[in-house]
Amino acid sequence: MLRLPAFDFQPARSVDHAVALLAAHGNNALPVAGGTDLYANMKLGLFAPQLVIGLRSIAELRTIRFDPQHGLRIGALCSLDAVARDPAVALHYPALARAAAMVGTPEIRNMGTIGGNLCLETRCNYYNQSAEWRKALGYCLKRDGDLCRVAVHSATCKAVNASDTAPVMQAYDARITLVGPLGERNLAVRDFYQNDGARANVKRADEILTEIVLPLQASGMRSTYRKLRLRNAFDFPLVGVAVTLATDAQGACTQARVVLGAVTSAPFEVEAAGSLLRGSHLGEEIAAGAAEEVFKAGKPLENANASLLYRKRMLRVIAQRALEDVSHPLR
Amino acid sequence: MSKNGASGTRAHVVGAALPRIDGYAKVTGAAIFADDIALPRMLFGKLLRSPHAHARITSIDYERALRLPGVVAVAVGSDLPVRYGILPSAQDETVFAIDRVRYVGEPIAGVVAEDELTAQYAATLIDVRYDILPSVMSIDEALRDLGADAEKIHPESRKANNVHKDVHLTFGDIEAGFAEAERIFDNEYFFEGNTHAALEEHSAVASFGADGKLTLWSSTQTPHYLHRVAASVLEMPASRIRIIAPPIGGGFGGKTEPVAHELAAAHFARKTGRPVKFTLSREEVFYTHRGRHPVRIHLQTGIKSDGTIAACRLQTWLDGGAYGSYGVATTYYTGALLPVTYKMGAYAFDGCRVYTNKPPCGPKRGHGTTQPRYAFESQLDAIATELGLDAGAYRAAIAVDPYTRTVNHLRVTSCGMREALNAVSERTDYSSKHGKLSSGRGIGLAASAYLCGAGLPIYWNPMPHSGAIVKVDRGGGVTVFCGTSDCGQGSQNMLAVIVAETLGVDVLDVSVCAGDTDLTPVDLGSYSSRVTFMAGNAARSAASDVRERIAAAVGAELGVPADRCIFESGRVFDREDPERSLSFVDAARAAEARFGTLAGVGSYTPPADLHGDFKGSGVGPSPAYSYSACVAEVEVDFETGEVRVERIVLAHDCGRALNPHIVEGQIEGSAYMGMGEALMEESAFRNDLHRIPNLLDYKTPTILDTPRIEAIIIETEELEGPYGAKEAGEGPLNPVIPAIANAVADAIGTRIYATPITPERVLQALDGTSGPLRLRAPIAERAV
Repeated sequence: MLRLPAFDFQPARSVDHAVALLAAHGNNALPVAGGTDLYANMKLGLFAPQLVIGLRSIAELRTIRFDPQHGLRIGALCSLDAVARDPAVALHYPALARAAAMVGTPEIRNMGTIGGNLCLETRCNYYNQSAEWRKALGYCLKRDGDLCRVAVHSATCKAVNASDTAPVMQAYDARITLVGPLGERNLAVRDFYQNDGARANVKRADEILTEIVLPLQASGMRSTYRKLRLRNAFDFPLVGVAVTLATDAQGACTQARVVLGAVTSAPFEVEAAGSLLRGSHLGEEIAAGAAEEVFKAGKPLENANASLLYRKRMLRVIAQRALEDVSHPLR
Repeated sequence: MSKNGASGTRAHVVGAALPRIDGYAKVTGAAIFADDIALPRMLFGKLLRSPHAHARITSIDYERALRLPGVVAVAVGSDLPVRYGILPSAQDETVFAIDRVRYVGEPIAGVVAEDELTAQYAATLIDVRYDILPSVMSIDEALRDLGADAEKIHPESRKANNVHKDVHLTFGDIEAGFAEAERIFDNEYFFEGNTHAALEEHSAVASFGADGKLTLWSSTQTPHYLHRVAASVLEMPASRIRIIAPPIGGGFGGKTEPVAHELAAAHFARKTGRPVKFTLSREEVFYTHRGRHPVRIHLQTGIKSDGTIAACRLQTWLDGGAYGSYGVATTYYTGALLPVTYKMGAYAFDGCRVYTNKPPCGPKRGHGTTQPRYAFESQLDAIATELGLDAGAYRAAIAVDPYTRTVNHLRVTSCGMREALNAVSERTDYSSKHGKLSSGRGIGLAASAYLCGAGLPIYWNPMPHSGAIVKVDRGGGVTVFCGTSDCGQGSQNMLAVIVAETLGVDVLDVSVCAGDTDLTPVDLGSYSSRVTFMAGNAARSAASDVRERIAAAVGAELGVPADRCIFESGRVFDREDPERSLSFVDAARAAEARFGTLAGVGSYTPPADLHGDFKGSGVGPSPAYSYSACVAEVEVDFETGEVRVERIVLAHDCGRALNPHIVEGQIEGSAYMGMGEALMEESAFRNDLHRIPNLLDYKTPTILDTPRIEAIIIETEELEGPYGAKEAGEGPLNPVIPAIANAVADAIGTRIYATPITPERVLQALDGTSGPLRLRAPIAERAV
């Protein structure tokens, strides 16, 4: 098997301690929570920190609290399994429970954290390869090279955000908290990500993600997450679709968001689909129209385990199925 | 005979669903695999591999690597210049590339160091300079006329362009056969290459003793062939080399030939005087490969009005990758076993294997027969539909009969194909479902046959294919010594069962010593589904040999004729008067007192009359053939193209099941593996590189993708098999792939002519944008 490179490991006692360690060691240190992403990438030679700062020892970041006035607060170190099984999550944010339960395998969900999944390194099948493989290729824009292998004329890296929970968080209009040496920042998930595969979020190297807050959802809110993958376990999404939708007493749609995962370097909200849905009575025709907007807006590239033509075609199908999920008066 | 035990009584151990003797150690983690071995002062090795698919090496400078603290030695091609290869006709590899590299991942140099990370880093310090050559990455490119100037992948090859091997065989009057046919079905298929994906990555540990002897532990399915090649490459007498095959975490054909890291470990152990371990990464396993060949198949079948096959012409093109490996045998195998299932009037076979700049292909479970079987069973399905016949009944009607010869002169003995076909048809109610299920749902059926061991060894020799020694201790313990290597299929258990049955003792009183060239007689190895049949016969013969002496001693003690002594339940007794008996322990002591140390020897050599007399007739003959039939039920999502296999029913004629649990395990594993090959697995290349050399991106089914699998054991009486047994390790895989393909065709109303049947291919078929593959003129690209 591939071996981890040598590194020092220091568990953090608290958020402040973690931040202090990161500040002290600068670019030579990386934080780790569950390690399901970082350690695999370190084995591939994608990261080589001298110091790895363990966050799992910070007990304060491992709680899930629901407050009927304000919504849900999830500590970043909650395991994906804990999120998937939490009764409040299942009741009020079923799409999040569903997305968390679809990540990887039971082992990965036991180790992997919600914060880690939101900070998931962007993926590309020219990038998630061993050092020897990438050398044979001649490297790429994201690491050690100057050419994007997926889009050769692109100035930015096209690696995709393959997180299952990120599009869901954005669809719920969640906010996250980052803590760094200068204090705390609180920002919307949509502002956390940016569409550049080489720098996929705005978290600074000396910050850690501590908490996610999901606002209270309007009554009558329905939500879902649909994931296309080639196998029923292990696989990252080829296409992910998160939908949140609220209706008034007459059944007219008052709020709607359709957010795609695994298509671009950031979760991608299809505004046109949302505006088509808002004010309408969701039925087959409207759903088909919204799915058409998703199809038109989503532009996958040749960087995953299915061709871009297939993924493009599936955008409409998966969006349609997600909209079917929320068109029934469930949950 | 086969329903009875050794001495005319009912069998007690054979046929019993006992837990396997190595099961507990395997599931608790107690079993010691090659990578678990750690020796004092052991060094760790790493191979430097080529980043280019095709290039001339102009220089190698490893001074920096050698100077790195912790590095103990470096070796390159010139240190081990002896060429080797599993087949005598293809001695085309060296441990490290000399002058030229032919695929990305080919070993160029080796480093050993005090720890693995140092070795890994040191390998990156080796400076290799190349002249890059054009690469050849497909069958079509390899067949393309190179013209005068361009260089072949193997310049010394006498074949045109990049052809490695071409074979042409005709049996019966093929033209007359087609003239006689009422209809001719003519299709082209493509079977994508794929790999074994055994869980255990290859590992080897070598130690060079103060006595000048080398010991090499390796996860190899063929310790004997490794022994021969190690002697040749290391230029050492075989008598100074000991090969030990520890338990293996899956082989499937991927560990059947000597490869670089094993020989490198041996070389470095000798050079440094310290033990050396090489364990491959998963990516390196993908480069070591020797997996399923991609094969393009052109199949023409002439059918008479009653559905019988008047003539069949098969043409295969195999993408062999960069080296010969078993490829000559694979090429013949793509043709040899097609006539073993159905009667046909005449048969013509043309096979052509090409070199490409990819990791070498070799044998994977079903070796070379899997790809044409997929094509043939797909076409038969279309034929049955065209003729309005039930696919199961049609196959049963044209099936070969037991104890006959095939059109290509192969000897068929026991044959349970009709029974297997009936079993899967009845269990699934196939006839009332096929063509009648709701849209998107489908059912498919297929059948096949496989070898019970290759009739001829890999290197020509007149010696036995398998030998065994059975030693009986005066405490009653029995030890069987045999050169087999257990790749997970249960060969250790098989040896214990056969010896326990023959001597009438508990299976746990038998110890198995296998896969150790110092201690065990030669067995050729775990390939071609030969071990139960051949090693089983050798072990039975060795146990019978020692039993005769014990019977003679017991007879004298009890005053009864030796041939009346029955061995059963730990006792030896008089058949006429069972009260007159000795315990097995007392019997063994009496025999040792009378005859001295108790051991029996046995060996097995296949009969000589298994095949015809023509060039190439050595591939395909086997002392017996297993038969299988499969029905798969699927559901296809018309919007996403996803195929969900809902049920696989797989019946297998294994002769007699020595241990039904293990036979069922092999059937279930075959169903699983076949499903992966049918739907998702592919050796995919892009930019000269393996696109997905890891088990996240190279898709094998997870347990959540695996349907209900129903294994049905069909027992026939194979008179030449040990206690009537045949094989179960490979045969059941073959019908699974075409059964799924046929089920998909039933579900979507159109056929996909290539594997794997990915969602994209399903959608293309539904859109009508795929269609049949382009037909070629037969033998248009015949290469001489």
